[in-house]
Amino acid sequence: MGHDIPPSEITPPDVFRNRRRFLLAGAATLAGLATSAQARLAARPSSYSTTEPLTPYREVTTYNNFYEFGTGKEDPAARAHTLITRPWTVSVEGLVHKPRIWDVEALLRFPLEERIYRLRCVEGWSMVIPWIGFPLARLIREAEPMGSARYVEFISLHDPRQMPGQRLPLLDWPYREGLRLDEALHPLTLLAVGLYGELLPNQNGAPIRLVVPWKYGFKSAKSIVRIRLQEHQPVTTWMRAAPDEYGFYSNVNPAVDHPRWSQARERRIGEFHKRPTLPFNGYGEQVAHLYAGMDLRKFF
Amino acid sequence: MGVPASAAALLSASWFKPLVFCATLLPLARLVVLAKLDRLGANPIEFVTHSTGTWTLVWLLATLALTPLARLTGMAQWLRLRRLLGLMAFFYASLHLLTYLWWDQFFDWREIWRDVGKRPFITAGMTAYALMLPLAATSTDAMMRCLGRQWRRLHRLVYVVAAAGCLHYLWLVKKDATQPLLYSALLALLLAARLLPPRRRG
Repeated sequence: MGHDIPPSEITPPDVFRNRRRFLLAGAATLAGLATSAQARLAARPSSYSTTEPLTPYREVTTYNNFYEFGTGKEDPAARAHTLITRPWTVSVEGLVHKPRIWDVEALLRFPLEERIYRLRCVEGWSMVIPWIGFPLARLIREAEPMGSARYVEFISLHDPRQMPGQRLPLLDWPYREGLRLDEALHPLTLLAVGLYGELLPNQNGAPIRLVVPWKYGFKSAKSIVRIRLQEHQPVTTWMRAAPDEYGFYSNVNPAVDHPRWSQARERRIGEFHKRPTLPFNGYGEQVAHLYAGMDLRKFF
Repeated sequence: MGVPASAAALLSASWFKPLVFCATLLPLARLVVLAKLDRLGANPIEFVTHSTGTWTLVWLLATLALTPLARLTGMAQWLRLRRLLGLMAFFYASLHLLTYLWWDQFFDWREIWRDVGKRPFITAGMTAYALMLPLAATSTDAMMRCLGRQWRRLHRLVYVVAAAGCLHYLWLVKKDATQPLLYSALLALLLAARLLPPRRRG
């Protein structure tokens, strides 16, 4: 990992951390003062963060797959201004003892962390993004799951007036994703409310989205309105659209190709040469045990 | 150079073909300018790949549009552009292929060979390009004379090239097939137009 990067591109980790501490300190001060939508978010650094160079803000916010706003990569940045993110509620429901409808403002008061994660898209490109959020486990535990709950379904907003891409039956709207409960409770699994120290831009899935760094990007549902615990495995949007191409698990796996293209390598946005894709997107040490004994070719 | 009295005069004007030639180079010029300005987006290589691929299809369809145009308008002068547009399709296809071989695969021939065999959209694209080679090679006046009647038969391959090109695009997209279907529909229309009887003169 990283052997392709010229030394000049790497910020020494101590410099990087100092810079980040400085930014976070500034962010903490500003968070109390600022009232604009782009208020800085106060967030603690996390040991789960990678020290790899960040993908620049411009690329992170202008190169997006968010079909609710069109299928072009630049469409979401150009069109997502129609999304209204306040007021916004997220319902935690299904097989839980304490179902609750959360106001997103209340979720923003959870202790936030900055998590710098690799993101690997199923299309063969990748980024490094400084997310801000809190572990999904925190929210699920608040709801007290019943013993029968085994899966979690995530449902994104369905409103063609705000999301022009939904006027076409390209996908079966609303967008649905899912995780096994143990995946959802894994400490790496994040509910993100911001990136680069500020609230999520609309095109990145505002106001709240999932980030599951060891799975292909489409598993990380955006603009979530419902989180539903259930007994049966959810049928996700992409499984419905092309069951032979997109599986429920969709763990990043260089050994299992997409039926139409190879997943062995990826292009990190901003880099010229391609780099080898790592199993579980490099998070194998933390998550491989979740799949012990499973045939990952069958459960792709 | 005077103002052409009619469309026919325009098409026959000595400067018309050079003008079209310059126009066909504009998409390439645009890529160069965007690259210089760092405006190719977050994934410049993907941008160049898609752009050169799209323009290959455009010039191919433009080439195939000339015969129906000539029939429809009764002006055979359209056919003067056939070789030029066909060669431009080949030129953009070469850029498209080179982008893939170099910036996508970095000339890893083993990997490329595997891709060609395993990925239907690459198989279709490579087939289209391979079939363009003999057409480009026999595009000179001397080759036309040399091959005589065989030349026309050989150059019917362009229909296969265009169909394979459309398939290549159709099989590549993840979900939204609008664009490739549009090109395919246009190709179908241009092929169907050939079945109509030619317009009578006068």
